[in-house]
Amino acid sequence: MHMPLQDTLGLNLMAANQHQAEHNREHFGAWNLLCLNVMSSPGAGKTSLLEVTITALAPQLEMAVLEGDMTTQLDAQRLAAVGVPVVPITTGRACHLDAAMVSGGLRQLQAQLNPATLDLLWVENVGNLVCPAEFEVGEHLKVALLSVTEGDDKPLKYPVMFREADCVLITKVDLLPHLPVAVERIEEHIRAVNPEAVVFQVSATSGAGLEAWHQWLLSTTREHNRRAVLAEVG
Amino acid sequence: MHEVDMTKCLLLSLQEWKQGHEPHTPVVEAVHLQVGDFTCVEPEALRFTFAAAVQGTWLDGATLQIDTVPLRARCLACSTVYAPDPEQAYRSPCCDRPMEEIVSGRELRIRTVDYSLPAQASASAALPSR
Repeated sequence: MHMPLQDTLGLNLMAANQHQAEHNREHFGAWNLLCLNVMSSPGAGKTSLLEVTITALAPQLEMAVLEGDMTTQLDAQRLAAVGVPVVPITTGRACHLDAAMVSGGLRQLQAQLNPATLDLLWVENVGNLVCPAEFEVGEHLKVALLSVTEGDDKPLKYPVMFREADCVLITKVDLLPHLPVAVERIEEHIRAVNPEAVVFQVSATSGAGLEAWHQWLLSTTREHNRRAVLAEVG
Repeated sequence: MHEVDMTKCLLLSLQEWKQGHEPHTPVVEAVHLQVGDFTCVEPEALRFTFAAAVQGTWLDGATLQIDTVPLRARCLACSTVYAPDPEQAYRSPCCDRPMEEIVSGRELRIRTVDYSLPAQASASAALPSR
């Protein structure tokens, strides 16, 4: 004889991933580094932006990249060429990185270097505007990219990604003269779903807007790592 | 199809819950979820992947019951709770403010599990509700 019972779990559906993400974040805390999760649709310019940004900030920040890619290591090769330590994470058919994959990447990174020497760890996610928004990997901040060629409606069509982002970069603004799209409208739609996001308009090709983005990165990284040290001291 | 990975997360949590009932194995009838409209989860895809994943496991026969939660936001100018409309850029109809405070719609929650245990075990084995 069986009696019907009910237990209340009240757990997040993603609890298993969140536990692993929390574990990754503990490592980042111990290493005193800032971890950024960079997300966008395929071809929005994540790798191009990282190439110029890492090159520009290399004199001031120690950095490494965990590079998510579905099948190839092409992006990892591009980034290794600018002289930054890169760990490729091939996700196979998965359309996003999850916390366990990043944990595996961290172990590989530790085989290459001592992560405590780093100031900033980039996680370049798989190109996708949907799934990565729900899979935290232990990052401190989410950075979303939207290229002007994607149109001004994307923040409204993929609102969760842009809502979750702490910083949104509108990329490829050098192409604006050739497009029937108003960058103000893109920014307006980003702010409609996320009024608190820090928004930059940039072009990795022309260099437009990069200075402000780099200054923000520098000050955000330094502020975060200084606070982490203070928290440790008590 | 990220619902596959979400199902894996769900199964890990259920596995942990099951361990709380050892040495008995609960027979799960239904798992109740709350899924907000402002998430990247497609309830139908989640039901499909769950049904496929539990076949031949201790959860075989369990169904996934999903309650969807509508997106609601509070206008910070006048405190009105409204249903954000993508066609209106999610802005508040009362004061034309951007979507600031989300009141509901981001839920991804495992609420309850309906199950049974052999009669001699059920008297003592139910976990206290949280």
